[in-house]
Amino acid sequence: MKMIYDHLVVRYGELSLKGKNRRHFESQLFETVKRKMRPFQELNMSKHFDRIVIELNGQSYEPIVKSLQDIFGIHSISLAVRSENDLEAIQKAALIALNEAMEGKKTFKVTGKRSLKSFPVNSMQLNQEVGGYLLRNTEGLTVDVHNPDVNVKVEVKDTGTYISSKSFEGAGGLPIGVGGKAMLMLSGGIDSPVAGYLTMKRGVRIEGVHFHSPPFTSERAKQKVVDLTQELTRYSGGKIKLHVVPFTKIQQTIKDKIPSSYSMTIMRRVMLRITERLAENNHAMAIANGENLGQVASQTMHSMYAINEVTNMPILRPVITMDKQEIMNLSHKIGTYEISIRPYEDCCTIFLPSAPKTKPKREKAIRFEQNIENLEELIEEAVNDVETLILEEGKSTDETFDDLL
Amino acid sequence: MIYLDNSATTKPYKEVLDTFVTVSERYFANPSSLHSKGSEAEKLLGQARKSIAQLLEVAPSEVVFTSGGTEGNNIAIKGIAFQHQNRGKHLITSSVEHASSHESFQYLESQGFEITYLPVDHDGLISLEDLERSIRQDTILVSLIHVNNETGTIQPIQEIGKILKEHPKIFFHVDNVQGVGKVDLPLKECGIDLCTISAHKFHGLKGNGILFVKNGVSLSSLFTGGEQELKKRAGTENVAGIVAMAKALRLILQESKEKRENLFEIKQFLIEELRTIDGIDINTPISSAPHIINFSVKGIKPEVLIHSLDKRDVYVSTRSACSSRQGGASRILLEMGLGENRASTAIRLSTTYGNTLKEAELSLKILKEELINIKKVMR
Repeated sequence: MKMIYDHLVVRYGELSLKGKNRRHFESQLFETVKRKMRPFQELNMSKHFDRIVIELNGQSYEPIVKSLQDIFGIHSISLAVRSENDLEAIQKAALIALNEAMEGKKTFKVTGKRSLKSFPVNSMQLNQEVGGYLLRNTEGLTVDVHNPDVNVKVEVKDTGTYISSKSFEGAGGLPIGVGGKAMLMLSGGIDSPVAGYLTMKRGVRIEGVHFHSPPFTSERAKQKVVDLTQELTRYSGGKIKLHVVPFTKIQQTIKDKIPSSYSMTIMRRVMLRITERLAENNHAMAIANGENLGQVASQTMHSMYAINEVTNMPILRPVITMDKQEIMNLSHKIGTYEISIRPYEDCCTIFLPSAPKTKPKREKAIRFEQNIENLEELIEEAVNDVETLILEEGKSTDETFDDLL
Repeated sequence: MIYLDNSATTKPYKEVLDTFVTVSERYFANPSSLHSKGSEAEKLLGQARKSIAQLLEVAPSEVVFTSGGTEGNNIAIKGIAFQHQNRGKHLITSSVEHASSHESFQYLESQGFEITYLPVDHDGLISLEDLERSIRQDTILVSLIHVNNETGTIQPIQEIGKILKEHPKIFFHVDNVQGVGKVDLPLKECGIDLCTISAHKFHGLKGNGILFVKNGVSLSSLFTGGEQELKKRAGTENVAGIVAMAKALRLILQESKEKRENLFEIKQFLIEELRTIDGIDINTPISSAPHIINFSVKGIKPEVLIHSLDKRDVYVSTRSACSSRQGGASRILLEMGLGENRASTAIRLSTTYGNTLKEAELSLKILKEELINIKKVMR
């Protein structure tokens, strides 16, 4: 296939914040884009007022666009041809761009924008001059200004004129790193990675927390969470820390001392306490999880009321209003579904009582919890023995295999 | 030794063999076993799948491991036919497919399917108009070979994919056994639903292959008795061979980036020189894969020539290794309309990145000498 697009124009979207904030947001985003583009060596990147321009230098755009679509804070990515600021050159380049995008389509329009005011042709005239040229030099195409199949954008800037006819939707949201940090509780199921993705969409960095109960939960169950975290690094702007909490002792104690109908509620309360501690230790200001209303025992409003009490920290529940199908669709989209459905038991299912209370009472939970006299000690011990892994985008978690592959 | 039979099979890369041995020694456990050794093997298998997916620019869940090209073609063609026969029983292929495809279609024909075998021109190419005309309401599959294994002809897969995009209900299978590392085939861009690949054609090991199955494409599986390979192909995975294949794929793609021009240079040299020899006709079209040269030598049985070159340490073949023992004329060359004589006197040279121009020069010199010797005896 012939390559005609030599530029990508990355637009930031509605970063409507002004002044200092905007500068901060943009430089965060530019750093993320630069890091993300590292595997593509031949690119030149430059930051402009409302956009990043990437020169492709002969590389094919597909993998680059795909990679950019993982970055939050990007509104759209357009394929662009750059021409000299000269009407004839602009017309020719526009024709190339149109032909590339037309395939099977019938109507187009030209959206001219003259940002460089010294250019003698204004926006309106650009539309007419370029549109007319395109009509004269193509067959069977007509102009439709309201609902065109293809929109040929012509933007005259001081660095040259950018002409684009093909755009891809960006991930939206805010640039990662502008919104503080949250601890994401990762069970290994379908919901929590999606919750992590959506948390990052608001510009929030995440660190994962996973509760591991060997030998009741297997190495594979832990590996599953490692792999999920690895997948999420695509959206994290680089690295994600994963804290694996040794949870066997606590789970056994709960089983011994708590009536089985309340064991789930108490377990969740303890998990939340531990996560809060980890948040404090790692300078996070919130906890995120994949909780949803009305799906399973621990996810009723009653249950949430009985569990949430143990912390004052904000708990972000990005998927709380979603239907299961919506969550699954997102999970497919972000690439975690296939990992999430691996059939290994996690800490939430292994000791699952046959009849957990769907309407636990807060008072009862508090009372039962007091059965565990050394709870504080157990929590302390678990927090101290946490294993922390650092996962990085594009790096395999097990380098011992790299030589083999 | 001058080995010019790389379309039959290639010599495994040294690194590939090293990988195979290491994995066989260290990670021999069954990836489905629950213990930690099994878990380790499973992880390695997963890494290999991921690495292959990246190289092919597809999703890991779209990579199904098979035993090779023949199995890949069989699973793809029969799998689609049986799974979707309620929607229609018409299948389209060409008359110049590899035996594993061709015979799958003949089998399906005996099972009540209707097959259109698209004819080819002198260059071995199907016509896009023929293809468009043969598409019907009940067509469920178009299956074509990308690079022909006997002649190196390249079917215009991208254009075909474009046509098929207008018919989203038709599955598109491509046999890319000969193309990997030699002729680029962007799977997604071409709108391909299934694609067959075989490891030993690119310096991997025999007994390993890949069937790309696009997410969402359902196949009836020919093997049952387990959940391996996304339930499309049950059986304990050949982890060592698969990891070795991942390595081979990475290496061949790297070589093809750096040295593709060398292959074209060797091919051009050979074709130009062969043309000057009396009684030789070139069967490979001008625009074709960089590594296959097919020609016919008037009046000389190809077996005789192969054996006399063999004595001089030059290894070539008659045509497809899979049908070379049957003797007689090449089905492919006959379909190209080259006539019985040319079709039964064909020789195939097939190169790879290790071959040099020097080897080409030497083998040509030897070929010329042997031709003279043979003619002497025959007189």
